[in-house]
Amino acid sequence: MSIQIIKDKCTGCSLCVKVCPFGALTMVSKKAVIDLDKCTLCGACVDSCKFNAIDLKRDSSKTPNIEEYKGIWVFAEQKKGAVQSVVYELLGKAHELSEKLGSEVSCVLLGHNIKDKAQELIHRGANNVYVVDAPELEHYLDEPYTKAIVNLIRKYRPEIFLCGATFIGRSMISRVAVKLHTGLTADCTGLDIDEKEKYLMQTRPAFGGNIMATILSKNHRPQMATVRHKVFKEASIDKTRKGKIIEETIPKTLLTSRTKILDIVEEITSTVNIAEADIIVSGGRGLKGPENFAMLEELAKVLGGAVGSSRAAVDAGWMPYSHQVGQTGKTVCPKLYIACGISGQIQHLVGMQSSNIILAINQDPCAPIFTVANYGIVGDVFQVVPLLTKKFKAALNR
Amino acid sequence: MNIIVCIKQVPDTTQVRIDPVTNTLIREGVQSIINPFDMYAIEEGVRLKEKYGGKTTVISMGPPQAETALREAISMGCDEACLISDRAFAGSDTLASGYTLAMAIRKIKDYDMILCGKQASDGDTAQVGPGIATQLDIPQVTYVKKIEDIKDNHATVERMTEEGFEIVKTSLPCLLTVVKEINEPRIPSLKGRMKAKKAEITSWKAIDLDLEEDKLGLKGSPTWVSKIFTPPPRPKGHILEGDPEETTTKIVDELKNRLI
Repeated sequence: MSIQIIKDKCTGCSLCVKVCPFGALTMVSKKAVIDLDKCTLCGACVDSCKFNAIDLKRDSSKTPNIEEYKGIWVFAEQKKGAVQSVVYELLGKAHELSEKLGSEVSCVLLGHNIKDKAQELIHRGANNVYVVDAPELEHYLDEPYTKAIVNLIRKYRPEIFLCGATFIGRSMISRVAVKLHTGLTADCTGLDIDEKEKYLMQTRPAFGGNIMATILSKNHRPQMATVRHKVFKEASIDKTRKGKIIEETIPKTLLTSRTKILDIVEEITSTVNIAEADIIVSGGRGLKGPENFAMLEELAKVLGGAVGSSRAAVDAGWMPYSHQVGQTGKTVCPKLYIACGISGQIQHLVGMQSSNIILAINQDPCAPIFTVANYGIVGDVFQVVPLLTKKFKAALNR
Repeated sequence: MNIIVCIKQVPDTTQVRIDPVTNTLIREGVQSIINPFDMYAIEEGVRLKEKYGGKTTVISMGPPQAETALREAISMGCDEACLISDRAFAGSDTLASGYTLAMAIRKIKDYDMILCGKQASDGDTAQVGPGIATQLDIPQVTYVKKIEDIKDNHATVERMTEEGFEIVKTSLPCLLTVVKEINEPRIPSLKGRMKAKKAEITSWKAIDLDLEEDKLGLKGSPTWVSKIFTPPPRPKGHILEGDPEETTTKIVDELKNRLI
């Protein structure tokens, strides 16, 4: 492994000096000079140099100084200043893992005017919260978010980095892993620590949930994973918890973006976002028409849940695509999934079969949906659903 | 507008079954298909070419039989196809795949937009698209449900979010990953099928690309699969038949305690 400045190419622009997290670069007679005692070969300067004037030769089969990577980091995704619930679920799991590793749990919080949220994260169990507050980070954008996170990971070297498998998380995390040349596992349903080697054991479904695979990143750090909503239990709130809030500044040159948000449109009004819902009432072809989804909305309202849909109902134009559960829609794992008039094609089952409890209502006793259901009612949805609404309302006092 | 569409040939996961005796995947007789999300990327690539002119090139990294997938893409209207296939790529995880595909795209050179499906149905990672964009150092927009406009070297697109969508403007060249809502893939015409049959598919091996050997295949993949197992089967459920008054009462009794 080696690093050197190609003097002929260096223009003395000093961008690399600004981005080096370790202060290892200085300008001497308008050329960059590296202090090798301070340099960790992290590569931040190489990314920043517009003239390819820094030559870094790295052994990509192993992260250098791997033993120096310590601690678990959680990406504290926020939208409009509100920390997303998946972050609390990750904190719950991170705390469990940290006990097995004997290490600390930290959050990284990016945004604008969000400093006050750091305390919330400490109450949920974070020992440290690294906050970057900048107007460029107000809304999620791939490039500035990636660069800020990569900068902080290079500086603090966490052993594990966890992130929600949300639209934002999934867009960002792969970019971060590529920049750091490390392993990333998507949509884990199980995380544990290998007792002997202390590796992060990342378990995830593959082939539409037909098999499970446990994945390790033995020689690269941080070990990175995304986790879906509702897989782990939220960390509880304890207002007596103490932690450190560390405010970080990221060089402005790293916060530029080639994409720009022109407008944000919120569509889902009457129903909650299905990826985050604890209870989902879903309808399919058996509902016979768009007007009958009102019946599902009533049941969902009584239960405090969201309304989902099969592909058939979306393709027929009865429900918007954002509600579609299944292979070409969303994968969900709520506490209770109620399938109404859905036959249960395999494409639908792969999107919901990891739900905690499944209740299926269908006229056809041979419908495949009953093979994954914990409870089933063979009957007419138009009779059964209103009866369920009425009876749940009474039983739950709502 | 020159467009590159990245596709993957996957086993039809809807046909994958578990052998009840050995508890392993039954792969025999399972058809290979184009990843369902990639069909939308192909269709969008062809539509953009039809609207703005230029050419649409489809590429795939995989075993030699992935050629079938490329021919299918040509039958839908893609102009050229390139297969990136070599034993040296075997065992690639998302990092190594993104790297290899990016190097192939570098060789194609002349492109304004790269289109990918939002994820592949076998791995479901959604990591390779953003991985390619990062390796090429170009901007990306994920979960695109509509391309509103392309002009002045910029594209304006709608990006799906949990709550609705965002309207995002990006400079070109860029990489977009697309969702189902963006279009309805066409059925290939007879003429398209004939063209696909005769089309010449470019084939690149590791040696044809300017690759660093230790970033390829198993060696270039930080993630290792240490164990594969079948999930425990769901216990047989209580399926009730009969008078809806009675069945709903029983179900509400069963579930109400688990909901509070």
